[in-house]
Amino acid sequence: MDKFTTLTGIAAPMPLVNIDTDMIIPKQFLKTIQRSGLGKNLFDEMRYTQDGAEIPDFVLNQPAYRKAEILVAGDNFGCGSSREHAPWALLDFGIRCVISTSFADIFFNNCFKNGILPIVLPQDQVAVLMEDAKKGANARITVDLEAQTVTSSDGQSFHFDVDPFRKHCLLNGLDDIGLTLEKAASIDAYEKTAATVRPWV
Amino acid sequence: MSPKTLYDKIWDAHVVHEAEDGTCLLYIDRHLVHEVTSPQAFEGLRMTGRKVRAPEKTIAVPDHNVPTTPGRDKHIDNEESRIQVEALDKNAKDFGINYYPVSDIRQGIVHIVGPEQGWTLPGMTVVCGDSHTATHGAFGALAHGIGTSEVEHVLATQTLIQKKSKNMKVEITGSLRPGVTAKDITLSVIGETGTAGGTGYVIEYCGQAIRELSMEGRMTVCNMAIEGGARAGLIAPDEKTFAYVMGRPHAPKGAKWEAALAWWKTLYSDEGAHFDKVVTIRGEDIAPVVTWGTSPEDVLPITGVVPDPESFTGGKVEAARRSLDYMGLKPGQKLTDIKIDTVFIGSCTNGRIEDLRAAAAILKGKKIKDGMRAMVVPGSGLVRAQAEEEGLAQIFIDAGFEWRLAGCSMCLAMNPDQLSPGERCAATSNRNFEGRQGRGGRTHLLSPAMAAAAAVTGHLTDVREFMAETV
Ligand code: SF4
Repeated sequence: MDKFTTLTGIAAPMPLVNIDTDMIIPKQFLKTIQRSGLGKNLFDEMRYTQDGAEIPDFVLNQPAYRKAEILVAGDNFGCGSSREHAPWALLDFGIRCVISTSFADIFFNNCFKNGILPIVLPQDQVAVLMEDAKKGANARITVDLEAQTVTSSDGQSFHFDVDPFRKHCLLNGLDDIGLTLEKAASIDAYEKTAATVRPWV
Repeated sequence: MSPKTLYDKIWDAHVVHEAEDGTCLLYIDRHLVHEVTSPQAFEGLRMTGRKVRAPEKTIAVPDHNVPTTPGRDKHIDNEESRIQVEALDKNAKDFGINYYPVSDIRQGIVHIVGPEQGWTLPGMTVVCGDSHTATHGAFGALAHGIGTSEVEHVLATQTLIQKKSKNMKVEITGSLRPGVTAKDITLSVIGETGTAGGTGYVIEYCGQAIRELSMEGRMTVCNMAIEGGARAGLIAPDEKTFAYVMGRPHAPKGAKWEAALAWWKTLYSDEGAHFDKVVTIRGEDIAPVVTWGTSPEDVLPITGVVPDPESFTGGKVEAARRSLDYMGLKPGQKLTDIKIDTVFIGSCTNGRIEDLRAAAAILKGKKIKDGMRAMVVPGSGLVRAQAEEEGLAQIFIDAGFEWRLAGCSMCLAMNPDQLSPGERCAATSNRNFEGRQGRGGRTHLLSPAMAAAAAVTGHLTDVREFMAETV
């Protein structure tokens, strides 16, 4: 997993609420057995017509946002299925950070496992960043994970909360499994006790 | 000792390690695996030379993109689907995990197979790379969906890194009225709380109406906890739960059964336990419902009319406008005037025997509307066999339904069962998102009985009209 420290980039505005994982990556693209290559189908049904032509109105098709690295989105982003293909598709497109008032639980988790930072901010602050994002490619938003701040192009800075363990993993690009395997002795001990307390499991 | 909720009790029994900031390593008792969200996880194990830590606690079954037509055990036409199913065959074999291939009569939707085979037991932690893992909460098991990285984590360590959620109590008091089902409860709860209402919570469903449900009905309720945003849904186990579990292939037997039962009987929320949020709905107030929009929270009683987007607030105004446009509906239109092209009965929400019985009861001696496409996809091979034995299959076939093999099918349309653009479907599944059942397809969620009624009349229909006929 790539480290996440600071990011200054173009932010694409997606003011829609309840953007679900079927919108982010429709199921016909879940048939892959790899993690990479999903970026071209990110938001596929919003981005392309049935014949595969680009829909010019869609934000990521507009010249200003083709290189967006940040999304500013409406409430409850990422609701729906558990598909990790959603963060994989975002990452493959180049998105490293999503800002919203709220996220669906599984999607939120999945982001951290893939080096994407989901940031929760209050409505009024998301609104400021949304307006900023609408200004196009010249309005770059800066995210500093160490300092836990998001700064708009005109210098308004907002503090965000992040779980300390997750922050540590993101900053250092750490693999969860490796960390957990360091606790193998605790898992062994748990299994031993459980075998006597709940032998039917 | 301070009073604990059911969630607290299961959680406490599974903590392997707790860090100072409250992050826990939680032990996982059952790990269910399917073909779509697992290939990259097994690949990760191979790349790092890791093994599956507890293959005996890991159960795999292909369901999401298998065809539901005969011959699939010999050949799957769609190349990508075939590759995923073959990858699962191989991974199950290489890593020595329990496996139900498509040729096995026990194959079916992973959330139907788990309980059916007795893998799912009260008080367990159950995970699967699928959001509808919440289904297993009907047994008083802490069950939730995980992403593929977490699938790999559980395969390698049999644990998950978790932070505890908040507790929410959803109480359904009194009894349901005739024609109202578990599906109507779960949709009504989402209609009330919204799709983000449960975010950050584990829900415990309780109250008389929940206790009166069968295990099948309870699974329907918990299944859609995720549509309400919750991490998991739980129902305290009781005599019905124990009766359902007893004698299943992987349920404990003899002395182990007795020991298990003794613990299971302690699994309920103590008097005075703290809930961070409480929602109470009167069972009598719940009507047969349908969804009108493209979010599961867009729920209304079947007697209602399509709402005006302007009647909402905030971002929902735009979302509702977009929904109506996508769904091809006008504000003020009566829900019962909405014409249906296709009916889909199945999925992990409503693909169990009781669901098929409820639909067949409506269809008996009737025919589906001319030109209607209607399909029943049983949740497992065993549900299918039982329905054939009970004569339900014949009722469906005589009415004009297609009688399919088990799988997810048109719930998410990853196999060939899909809607065409503009095609309108009454579906017993759980998601009405744009494109969920096929690009441009329009989905109305409802109960199996309501779906059957719509198949007969050709439009969304109040199932109670059919019941009036028969009494
Ligand atoms: S039936 Fe539908 S919701 Fe259930 S596991 Fe299959 S795809 Fe998911």
